[in-house]
Amino acid sequence: MSEAVKNGLELRDVHIRLGERELVAVDLTIAPGEIVTLMGPSGSGKSSLLGHICGTLPDSFHVSGQVVLDGKPLDGLAPQDRHVGILFQDDLLFPHLSVGGNLAFALPSHIKGRAIRRARVEAALGSAEMDGFYDRDPATLSGGQRARVALMRVLLSEPCALLLDEPFSKLDSGLRSQIRSFVFDLCRENSLPTLMVTHDPEDGEAAGGRVIKLD
Amino acid sequence: MLRFIPILTIILMIGPVSAGLIGTLLPAFGILPALGGVEPSLDPWQALFAQPGLGTSIRLSFVNGLIATAISVAIVMLFCAAWQGTRIFHAMQRILSPILSVPHATAAFGLAFLIAPSGWIVRLVSQFTGWDRPPDIAIIHDPWGMALIAGLVAKEIPFLFLMTLSALPQADTDRTAQVTATLGYGKIAGWFKATLPRIYPQIRLPVMAVLAYSTSVVDVAIILAPTTPAPLAVRILGWLSDPDLAMRFMASSAAVLQLLIVIVAMAVWIAGERMIAAVGRYWAEDGHRFKSDHAVRGASAAIALVAAGAVVLGLVVLLVWSIAGFWAFPDLLPRGFSLRLWTRELDAIGRSLTTTLLIGVPAVLIAVTLVLACLENEVRTGKAAGRRAMLLIYLPLLVPQISFMFGLQVFFTLLGLERTLLSVVLGHLVFVAPYVFLSLSEPFHALDPRYRQTALCLGSSPARVFWQVRLPLLTRAVLTAAAVGLAVTVGQYLPTLLIGAGRFATVTTEAVALASGGDRRMIGIYGLLQMILPFAGFALALLIPAILFRNRRGMGAQNKG
Repeated sequence: MSEAVKNGLELRDVHIRLGERELVAVDLTIAPGEIVTLMGPSGSGKSSLLGHICGTLPDSFHVSGQVVLDGKPLDGLAPQDRHVGILFQDDLLFPHLSVGGNLAFALPSHIKGRAIRRARVEAALGSAEMDGFYDRDPATLSGGQRARVALMRVLLSEPCALLLDEPFSKLDSGLRSQIRSFVFDLCRENSLPTLMVTHDPEDGEAAGGRVIKLD
Repeated sequence: MLRFIPILTIILMIGPVSAGLIGTLLPAFGILPALGGVEPSLDPWQALFAQPGLGTSIRLSFVNGLIATAISVAIVMLFCAAWQGTRIFHAMQRILSPILSVPHATAAFGLAFLIAPSGWIVRLVSQFTGWDRPPDIAIIHDPWGMALIAGLVAKEIPFLFLMTLSALPQADTDRTAQVTATLGYGKIAGWFKATLPRIYPQIRLPVMAVLAYSTSVVDVAIILAPTTPAPLAVRILGWLSDPDLAMRFMASSAAVLQLLIVIVAMAVWIAGERMIAAVGRYWAEDGHRFKSDHAVRGASAAIALVAAGAVVLGLVVLLVWSIAGFWAFPDLLPRGFSLRLWTRELDAIGRSLTTTLLIGVPAVLIAVTLVLACLENEVRTGKAAGRRAMLLIYLPLLVPQISFMFGLQVFFTLLGLERTLLSVVLGHLVFVAPYVFLSLSEPFHALDPRYRQTALCLGSSPARVFWQVRLPLLTRAVLTAAAVGLAVTVGQYLPTLLIGAGRFATVTTEAVALASGGDRRMIGIYGLLQMILPFAGFALALLIPAILFRNRRGMGAQNKG
């Protein structure tokens, strides 16, 4: 995490339009460690908003307003320069890399030295209660383990904000609450301003923060 | 840098075609300074129309091209209609995919060895009829060109089938089939009425490519088509190779005529499409269900199987001939087997394989690099290639080879590149790149875009995302595309022969050159040799990812090449 002032994630009067239709209009500040839930039916442009914040929204969308992270405007920056992490409903672990390889992929290059990098990854695995999983094939993990590795991967990339795109919708109900608290606890622990979009009201309740409804 | 690759690719596709067409068009009207033609004149055309049997040659090219295309399309459509979504359909997919890699000339030789008067089929029949000499009829080189049609159909079915296969998901075919079935339609009628109209637009360009190819083919025609007179494209090659250089003018006008034949054939095909569409609309709405179509379904499977079986059996008979000792008619198998000819030819075999790779490997590497760069550029700019761009990539497949290869040779001569490896590689690239593009674009677009998004948000540069995430995930697709490309370059006859001016003896030019000699053992050897490289290519495309990712179960699902 950067040492700069932590003002959180500000969405200043952000409007996203596709053609004539306005998809989203939000004006909101998310403090460090706060988890804001955005609820809305599918097609309401929730994911487009996340795409806009992390910089991967296609040009065909028209966007106005500003996105500011810790006092720095993000608009115009390339996705890789924004320090905004994102988790989808699928874990999207890279199937060609080992579990450790996936985590090391996310670790910034300024952390140098093979042993040091390995230690950082092992430590992350340890905090996910997955010691000894470094060389495992991601395809052999359980759903819960994959979800945890995906989160550790995002955190290792040292994000300054986190976006969650219906992150729990594919987990079975038993696992869901467990992974939820794992994710939310780490967001707060790392003081990450977090924006979650979902259509499951329970997600919002569990997050315990503001819930904003889109129509 | 990446931004300019699509333009560079299009230049490398369109450039040779247009330079070649101009280089053909000018001599056709008497202009070729190198041979003293400076004044425009119609003499080449007068000389051409004075050629005996020209009408028959034109008819053979035009009619046989249309018939071969129509039969291929009909069989593929009927088979897909009858069996889509079934186990037989998937089985056929596994049989036809490798057949696609069999070079045209190999398939044609194999077929010839099967159906010739002294071929395997007649030998088999003789076991019962007691014939002791081959029947005295022309089955191959028959005056109607039916053997040529059969050879083309057997090779075009796999291509059209695989093209249809990649179009099917776009029409939501499984659910469409459910809807038509619950409305009481037979499987075939339901498919033709509800699915075909939605997927045909997607396979139209490949169909046109098949039509252009069938109408102007040279190597298959040398092996199977009538000889007195031969189809136009074969005669053009003869005139181009004539020691009398003045013949080049007439050959050029014939090459222009060949282009016109292809254009007219396409116009006829499009008119036919319109008519079928108009009639089909009434037919789709008339409510006839054709509920019991078991007989037609069975027949369609049988025909598809015969077509695939002919190619496979043809390969077997090539193998038998290549190691045959004394083999009298009507024996089913030779009296003895020997590797004598293989060992005698070993040096020559090594040389022609080396030459083939010398041309093929650079052509494939360039093609794969260009196509990957084009596709990656699409991803980065978020702009998909439009329909027009697609047409440009297909253009080299829609123009008859013989109509621009001679012109291209003239053009390369002007540049001082005649008979160089570079010019032959560029000539091959024109045909390799479209197929590599066809093979690679679907898996490239099918890759979940969120992998890229995730990796970018983890702080990776677009270049790192490409090299460390997208490319490894596409390993098998890329290797398969490379194998497709290798199969295409190995099979090229005209570009090697004309642009290389005979200097580059590849397995294919050697094999086709043996056609007139009729030494079946040598044809067997070189026919099989044509198969070796494509086959090895596809084997490696399966093997390398399997070894690289042996501990990564997730890569199996990820890498449907």
